[in-house]
Amino acid sequence: MADLHVKVAGVSFKNPVIPASGAFGFGREYEKLYPLSRLGGISCKGTTLNLKDGNPPPRIAETPSGMLNSVGLQNPGIDHFIEVELPYLMQKDLTIIANVAGSTVEDCIEIAHRLEGTAVDMIELNISCPNVKQGGAAFGTSPEMAASVTRAVRNATTKPLMVKLSPNVTSIVDIAKAVEAEGADAVSLINTLLGMRIDINTRRPILRNNVGGLSGPAVFPVAVRMVWQVANAVKVPVVGMGGIASGKDAIEMMMAGASAVQVGAAIFADPYAPIHIIDEMNEWLDEHGIASVNDIVGTVQPW
Amino acid sequence: MAYIQDVFPIVQKKNLAKNIFDLTISCPHIAAEAVPGQFVHVKAPGFQLRRPISICGIDKVKGTIRIVFEIRGEGTEKIAGLNPGDLIDVFGPLGHGYTILPPESKVVVIGGGIGVPPLLQTAAAYGKNATAIIGFRNAAAVILKEDFEKNGARVILCTDDGTAGVHGFVTTALEKLLAEEKPDLICACGPMPMLKGVAAMAEEKGIACEISLEERMACGVGACLGCACKTVKNGVEGYSHVCKDGPVFNSKEVRF
Repeated sequence: MADLHVKVAGVSFKNPVIPASGAFGFGREYEKLYPLSRLGGISCKGTTLNLKDGNPPPRIAETPSGMLNSVGLQNPGIDHFIEVELPYLMQKDLTIIANVAGSTVEDCIEIAHRLEGTAVDMIELNISCPNVKQGGAAFGTSPEMAASVTRAVRNATTKPLMVKLSPNVTSIVDIAKAVEAEGADAVSLINTLLGMRIDINTRRPILRNNVGGLSGPAVFPVAVRMVWQVANAVKVPVVGMGGIASGKDAIEMMMAGASAVQVGAAIFADPYAPIHIIDEMNEWLDEHGIASVNDIVGTVQPW
Repeated sequence: MAYIQDVFPIVQKKNLAKNIFDLTISCPHIAAEAVPGQFVHVKAPGFQLRRPISICGIDKVKGTIRIVFEIRGEGTEKIAGLNPGDLIDVFGPLGHGYTILPPESKVVVIGGGIGVPPLLQTAAAYGKNATAIIGFRNAAAVILKEDFEKNGARVILCTDDGTAGVHGFVTTALEKLLAEEKPDLICACGPMPMLKGVAAMAEEKGIACEISLEERMACGVGACLGCACKTVKNGVEGYSHVCKDGPVFNSKEVRF
């Protein structure tokens, strides 16, 4: 039994596997399959200041080895999160990450204020949602804007702050450096890649929003590359995600430089995916005589 | 209620009509939990997303469920390629089914095409007190008629081209029936225009009506919020989710 415990920006996770924001709600549905305490943590559904309805359907389209979504941050709002979802998660013995997805800088500040003093262990600032008109990727596609929203939230919270980055940029490294310089304690990447599918019979996009975010195994190599580049460019820890579907994928992502991983679309194919990934990582580490999962982080030997 | 996800053996397979397949799966724990109108989320080998397929039959004694589905694309084609003895990856039972009234209630189930299968187990709850209005494109596309009859239901068969049963749509047959009878509940499943017509008729006559919806779906349990449908609950318009709040909705809550 290898030691799977990891720390990200001082926050402790009993193992490095965290269901990704948007793929796992607030965990309730999956507690009907396995105890949430098995997980390293949970990155909760992206939360706005007020309830948000999201985009009109269809919101889902399948793609080769992946999927597009344009949910558009449907969520019950920060007060519901704090009053209803957080108390539930506090009973479950796992590390809780609140995903903050304000549509304006002021909203992000207000959400961060409301999270002060709660049991949330870490804030993940979402500057990368491709499916909303305000906030989201509009914050995360220029280093200046990313820096300014990070600075604002940094000043509004004493909690460890992780910033979730968009891959839909010319240089994700520049964005990562910009948020690090403004006091981000960690970065998480990648959010989904902007994509599109068209029904050739109706000549209509399958998604009502026309475009949406691509996730699933199709994006895994892009995610590994970006995690590797960012991990080499910043000093803060990196949480890697994008298409991880097996324990070996998670090991690969950590070798690229991730201190922990998030799992999203894989859960739709296999609702037990996070559990299987934890078990497979443990087996792999044991087979290779590696005592702690921390010993593989960033150990890729580039040519 | 617990969810179950595992691989289970297929015990029987039939081809009911062109591109329509009927699989019986041995999955006692799912069969024990399932209620009419719920669905299972089936893995299509090699595909990212599962396929939501309504439960057509539940045999709690044998521990089997029956799913009847149409080949709509490559994923459902893969599932249709599975055979008795093969294992199928099933996640379920999921969603919210039809309200089941006391067996002496008069209930009309009404469905079109591949919307007919989830109504079979629903009708079975009422035996001879059930009326099944089922519609298909033509005689060759008719499925499950004998199954409804075996359960005791009165069957009104409709075809678009008149090659079997009554010539015309199921909504016309329902209109005729409602002129003479007032059932306690109407349960519907089928294409949106049909559901809209059925819901309007039920509303006009003051009859409770439940409709089963479909939408492109990912998680199947209400976590990802992908399968949104517009509803009005307590006067507030918003998006509900077919997988968790449905697939069966009170027709008055659905915004068509």
